[in-house]
Amino acid sequence: MSTPKIQLIGVKKRFGSKVVLDGVDLTIEPSSSLVIIGGSGTGKSVTIKSILGIIRPDEGTILVDGEDITHINGAARDRVMRKFGMLFQGAALFDSLPVWENVAFGLIQGRGMNRAKARDIAIQKLAKVGLTEDVAFLSPSELSGGMQKRVGLARAIAADPEIIFFDEPTTGLDPIMADIINDLIVSTVKDVGATALSITHDMTSARKISDKIAMLYGGKIIWQGPTAAIDSSGNPYVDQFIHGKAEGPIKMAVKA
Amino acid sequence: MNIFARIGYAVMTVLAQLGRLALFTGKALAAIVSPPIYFRLILTQMMRIGYFSLPVVGLTAFFMGGVLALQIYLGGNRFGAEAIVPQVVVLGITRELGPVIAGLMIAGRVAAAIAAEIGTMKVTEQIDALTTLATNPIKYLVAPRIVAAVISMPILTLIGDSIGVLGGYIVSVYSLDFNGSAYLKNTADFLHSDDVTSGLIKAAVFGFIVALMGCYNGFHSKGGAQGVGNATTYAVVSSSILILAADYVLTALLFHK
Ligand SMILES: Nc1ncnc2c1ncn2[C@@H]1O[C@H](COP(=O)(O)OP(=O)(O)O)[C@@H](O)[C@H]1O
Ligand SMILES: [Mg+2]
Repeated sequence: MSTPKIQLIGVKKRFGSKVVLDGVDLTIEPSSSLVIIGGSGTGKSVTIKSILGIIRPDEGTILVDGEDITHINGAARDRVMRKFGMLFQGAALFDSLPVWENVAFGLIQGRGMNRAKARDIAIQKLAKVGLTEDVAFLSPSELSGGMQKRVGLARAIAADPEIIFFDEPTTGLDPIMADIINDLIVSTVKDVGATALSITHDMTSARKISDKIAMLYGGKIIWQGPTAAIDSSGNPYVDQFIHGKAEGPIKMAVKA
Repeated sequence: MNIFARIGYAVMTVLAQLGRLALFTGKALAAIVSPPIYFRLILTQMMRIGYFSLPVVGLTAFFMGGVLALQIYLGGNRFGAEAIVPQVVVLGITRELGPVIAGLMIAGRVAAAIAAEIGTMKVTEQIDALTTLATNPIKYLVAPRIVAAVISMPILTLIGDSIGVLGGYIVSVYSLDFNGSAYLKNTADFLHSDDVTSGLIKAAVFGFIVALMGCYNGFHSKGGAQGVGNATTYAVVSSSILILAADYVLTALLFHK
């Protein structure tokens, strides 16, 4: 068996007295697409941010290509970061920069590419997500939510990352735009041959973009398996979640 | 909660804040001196922090110089010392009022703007996005703002000083019947270069404080629009207080003979 692309071993994180991750174990194989499902506030974003080093886990180990990155900093972290692309939940575009410079940001700042060349690449990547060249010179605040997501996607793939993270890529979009984004995710991930990790509570999206699904509940991964097996998981938590039932073993905390 | 627990909690909170600020300051200083240095961003920030503050600093300095001349004239009048107006005006402005007024104006204008901008970037995950694009947010956001403020503030203050002296001159000559050329001669003869440089050193320190507090409060804002609003308030209040405290310390240090 090859080295997993990403491996989480016993990752724990608490904020104050509130335990969010309580020993997450997860393995992501190279060039696979894993989706983590789970209710709002269960720690999906915290999981992704722990892998990216934005949040430091209290315990546990995170390996990328077999390398322990849990405690690395500075230049070493920047080097590992170059393997990653990330689409944020709210797109998180830099509103002080035009669209093309958002897309080219990692190339210019992270890799020191010259601006003219980076701009050409940015315009190519924008074309990949279905945006024309005139959009490149607009400010992000002039775009609709769906267009911002596309720009965020172009930014995530701009530097041809080995690993791409998607944080709730379809949340807040209408069903048609959501489906367009799903298609773009599938095609771009295939295109660059990347390993993908997405988090969502949108089951339509999860089924479409994943080949494996894992469910996060109570700070742990309580089930994982191939996407095709999700309907016959035999796990009451999974069943309740994928069918969106109020009745079941999952109790929603009103206070997140 | 009993009284000791309350006091203990308050002390711990203050210490934790100070510790976090010290850590942040250390990271910011390290980011300023280590490559890459973003010259383009420093220039942009100098425009925003320095150039666009010129009107407000110029106006306040002008009125400050005018009112200073008037007060000294009226006060000096009590013991026949009206003639001292040009000397006191130029000394008060270059040593004290020039840098402090510029500092406080910048605290209101720039610390607030920086905290709001960085705070918004924080709550909309733009700062996290920087990290994922292999860019250190402290280096990209904080260092250029601090460098720009430290460079801009002495320049602003020098301009403010000149306009302040002009304000004093205009009031003295047109309203208090001073002789114009004698006023200017008295001003120039009395002024030492130390008076000006001490004020410029203060200005650079105030610039550092304003940018640092703006960035620090922005970076540590949380919880949506309200959190950003709070960060803005804290940035203005804390930098204003720190400017006045630093002013005292610097005056004691610079003029300690
Ligand atoms: N930086 C933080 N400080 C304190 N609490 C946090 C922080 N980030 C996340 N949390 C808390 O952790 C929990 C999980 O958040 P998150 O991972 O964003 O949920 P989701 O599964 O919806 O993405 C939430 O209750 C949230 O309030
Ligand atoms: Mg989330």
